[in-house]
Amino acid sequence: MKRLSASFESSARGRRSILPYITAGFPNAATTIAILDALDPALCPCVELGIPFSDPIADGPVIQASFSRALACGFRLSPFLEALGAAQSRIRVPLVAMVSYSIGYRRGIDSFARELRAAGIEGLLMPDLSLEEIGDTAARCATADVALVAMVAPTTSAERRRRLADISRPFVYYQSTVGVTGERAALPPELREDVAALRATCGKPVCVGFGISRSEHVAAVCEFADGAIVGSAIVRRVLAAADAGRGPAEIARDIATFVAELAA
Amino acid sequence: MLTDSASTAAGRFGPFGGQYVPEVLMAAIHELAAEYERAKSDPAFWTELNALLTTYANRPSRLYFARRFSDSLGGARIYLKREDLNHTGAHKINNTLGQALLARRMGKRRVIAETGAGQHGVATATACAVLGLECVVYMGAEDVRRQELNVFRMRLMGATVVPVESGQRTLKDAINEAMRDWMGSVRDTHYIIGSVMGPHPFPTIVRDFQSVIGRETREQIVATEGRLPDAVIACVGGGSNAAGIFAPFIGDSAVRLIGVEAAGDGIDHPSRHAATLAAGRPGVLHGMLTYVLQDDDGQTLPVHSVSAGLDYPGVGPEHAYWHSIGRVEYVCATDAEALAAFEALSRTEGIIPALESAHAVAHALRLAPQLGRDRLLVINLSGRGDKDCSEVARILNERPPAHGRDRFR
Repeated sequence: MKRLSASFESSARGRRSILPYITAGFPNAATTIAILDALDPALCPCVELGIPFSDPIADGPVIQASFSRALACGFRLSPFLEALGAAQSRIRVPLVAMVSYSIGYRRGIDSFARELRAAGIEGLLMPDLSLEEIGDTAARCATADVALVAMVAPTTSAERRRRLADISRPFVYYQSTVGVTGERAALPPELREDVAALRATCGKPVCVGFGISRSEHVAAVCEFADGAIVGSAIVRRVLAAADAGRGPAEIARDIATFVAELAA
Repeated sequence: MLTDSASTAAGRFGPFGGQYVPEVLMAAIHELAAEYERAKSDPAFWTELNALLTTYANRPSRLYFARRFSDSLGGARIYLKREDLNHTGAHKINNTLGQALLARRMGKRRVIAETGAGQHGVATATACAVLGLECVVYMGAEDVRRQELNVFRMRLMGATVVPVESGQRTLKDAINEAMRDWMGSVRDTHYIIGSVMGPHPFPTIVRDFQSVIGRETREQIVATEGRLPDAVIACVGGGSNAAGIFAPFIGDSAVRLIGVEAAGDGIDHPSRHAATLAAGRPGVLHGMLTYVLQDDDGQTLPVHSVSAGLDYPGVGPEHAYWHSIGRVEYVCATDAEALAAFEALSRTEGIIPALESAHAVAHALRLAPQLGRDRLLVINLSGRGDKDCSEVARILNERPPAHGRDRFR
């Protein structure tokens, strides 16, 4: 997980860091890989690769739709990871898989982490693996050279924030709002203070996701956080492009341009 | 696979159960567990709940000796635990009154619920109406079509019914949507889960509220027959009526406990059944580690049952545990067997069972003739079948003439 860790060591507060979220295999593996290939590591300390799941409970309509369509088009985990692995020498951005624990449990955490690592994925975030159930999952992932990223929410107590941040590497994912993923007009007013306090207590980089869709959100978040995670706004563009029948190269260029605009 | 989780947290039934939910929900889940512990030892809570169960929900429900049904099978003496006679027509009210009181204790004025057949949605809307709480029910669009009457009942009682268009548009998808609502509303909203499923403490809370069924059954059968039954049969989707009637008999090893899952078109037909314990394997879904119908990628498989309430690809974690230790036998009944049982009970007793409960009746049709006249069999008649009549009429009329019946036209 050297590249992923290094990416956060070099990121400095105040710089616009974007963590784009891309749905794996939507509309197909070639497009996903083309997008990853086109993303600039100078803007993106890492990319979140969302693994399609039949029953996402933390995702809003846009990401749900991308999951359903990927699965309807025959998305299977192993062939996707093999294709990604074959392309890893070209991809310059570090990757973190965002995946339901339902999938992690089915594959078995040890072999799942190895499979991810072989595909060039250095981090793993499982939003439905609670602190209560996390056990030695972080150590098992580390054995496979995969960092386990944990999420902190506005409803998380101080004690849990400390314990989650202890486990999380190389950064902590802070969920900006109580809700599901999706675009929102404004950021919550208490976000700045919450993130600043979390950063100060845990001493690790904190990236903020949920509801961040515009350049001004990114600018605001990057004033106090180490990165802004943008999901639904990007996935919506991929959905629209796929509906318009555009090919991998064209979609990749469009997304890379959008990410650069968000960072501008 | 079961050693995969290193958890030692509370809420486990053997290896099953747990709390697999996003961090944003954990505070509310801990709050619920703590409030339930307080309520459990608060006599005032039980006084209020028992008063509602008695004077409002019409408990205790009767244990009825089904003489003509028993005679028609020529074997065991069959008793029906008449949960269908509860207010709202099913066992679901036992849980919703309890959880609505918990919601009120926590100061949460808004309640959400999922529903399959609509019985839990109706029971939740009912509890919210009588306790003055706001109610939103998520229901798969396919189930909204199948259970039109229940949708009307919920709306009449002031609930908002939200049809869910995602996935297979049935119970599983309604649960996903309710969870998504809760992700954003958790600070002022209580989610009344309708079965012994979901993250701890829900499976325990729902089992405890439903255990009134088994406690009454014990007292009633002992009062009538002077002894415990030889077997107790209940249908299992998520498994709340079964957990409720089984739990008080778990320690009585001489009492056979039999759960009946929905075999749909038959368990040899992939994705055309909902027999989770028969055909599934351990996995994580909807916040719990339990038996699930999943593919090798962990994607939930489509399920089917003629009964909207059993149409679920998981099962309560305590059932997974009882299955794993062999305490409860789990068998299946197909759509065709359930429909035959639906008709048989209606004709012999003048009691129309819910299609869910008809799966339990279907197993009694197989088992009772193998047992002697001195044997006692209890069926949990978890709900009434009025809600299913138009759907059953549609199915029977759609059958090709070779299977010949048009008398329901």
